[in-house]
Amino acid sequence: MNTPIVQVEDLCRSYRDVKALDRVNLTLEQDKIYGLLGRNGAGKTTLMSMLTAQGFPSSGSVLVFGEAPYENERVLRRICFIRESQKYPDDFKPMHAFKSAALFYKNWDNDLALSLAQDFQLPMKRRIKKLSRGQLSAVGVIIGLASRAELTFFDEPYLGLDAVARQLFYDRLLADYSEFPRTIVLSSHLIDEVANLLEHVIIIDNGRIIVDDDAENIRGQAINVAGTAARVEAFTAGRTILHREQLGALQSVTLDGALSTAERREAQELGLEIGSVSLQQYVIRKTLDAGLSPGGTHQGTQGADSKNRTGVAR
Amino acid sequence: MFDDSKPIFVQIAQMVENDIVDGVLAEEAQVPSTNEFAAFHRINPATAAKGVNLLVDDGILYKKRGIGMFVATGARAVLVGRRREDFYEQFVRPLAREARKLGIERSQLAAMLTREADDGLADAGTGTKKGAS
Repeated sequence: MNTPIVQVEDLCRSYRDVKALDRVNLTLEQDKIYGLLGRNGAGKTTLMSMLTAQGFPSSGSVLVFGEAPYENERVLRRICFIRESQKYPDDFKPMHAFKSAALFYKNWDNDLALSLAQDFQLPMKRRIKKLSRGQLSAVGVIIGLASRAELTFFDEPYLGLDAVARQLFYDRLLADYSEFPRTIVLSSHLIDEVANLLEHVIIIDNGRIIVDDDAENIRGQAINVAGTAARVEAFTAGRTILHREQLGALQSVTLDGALSTAERREAQELGLEIGSVSLQQYVIRKTLDAGLSPGGTHQGTQGADSKNRTGVAR
Repeated sequence: MFDDSKPIFVQIAQMVENDIVDGVLAEEAQVPSTNEFAAFHRINPATAAKGVNLLVDDGILYKKRGIGMFVATGARAVLVGRRREDFYEQFVRPLAREARKLGIERSQLAAMLTREADDGLADAGTGTKKGAS
């Protein structure tokens, strides 16, 4: 279980004066589902590009399956990277895309691809160019699942997919992963939807990894305490506060760090309301301030080109 | 189905414990596999396995190699015993706290509890004759 698939040391990537990745250290272990979370422009896609040899680091080292991935056929055949806006040749139909994938990936399961195409109601003989945004996403999702690559990246794979299709994706991902365990990295903004699928969570902000922990450790890591302002302030004094909100005499504070049983009881005796914080809320609280501070001025510049374009196209 | 206050694997273990206490899962009955748990609850299989293993380590479930997992004999009695220990902390304290907040007198609270307990016993008498422990 603990074989490292990916080892990244001190990885930096700069675009002119912008640090897209800043001294990233990271290990991905075999057969886990990872969530790579963070805001637009935080460096998620840049990181995945480095791991899949589609971009070059400015400094630092990347090892995938123990080798450098650049122009390394042995390594690249074991990796599948589904991008948010994957491009296909102009005259390609989904069946052509699947046939190409079948040639490249040795674990390709054509039956799975066909059954997924049916589930997603994908027109196999229509040109990919003519497909809707959701159908285009479905092509990527199908290739990502049916390739059964030992290391699969899904970079926000569901643009334009409706709630039913996304649920289908999650269900088929879980089912196929249960049967054929492999390492999966899922980058997503719909954090509440994917939270329970993840075994490990990596949160990246301004090119730095700020959280790298098991999903189960993060659950309960932040706590919401609400009550009258004076009591909340007394109780939360000296603790790390992620967020504070006030409504009349009421105050609600999000704390970083779990409460002990004794602290919990103390809060209850004070008449304070203790609430839980979802992974999505946790990510928002963790990455919000950095984006607003003057130090975070490059927010949204790197990676904004592709994101904005697709945003407009919708 | 899950809340964010505690790890999902703990919640999975509690669900199975509930099913055992309620008699949905009888002793020596087979429990679903971790992949079945994962698919049903839409959670990571490693998380489901962690929850089930918690109960295996606890002696509530046991593994038959190559067949699956089963509820241990005596598991229900153990779980019921533990819940009785937690009962005061989990139910009585919050109840008393709320009563105090609302100005409900000690005698009123006691009367309410007695009435409810009597009703409950009457119901139990007409229903199943499952023992308390």
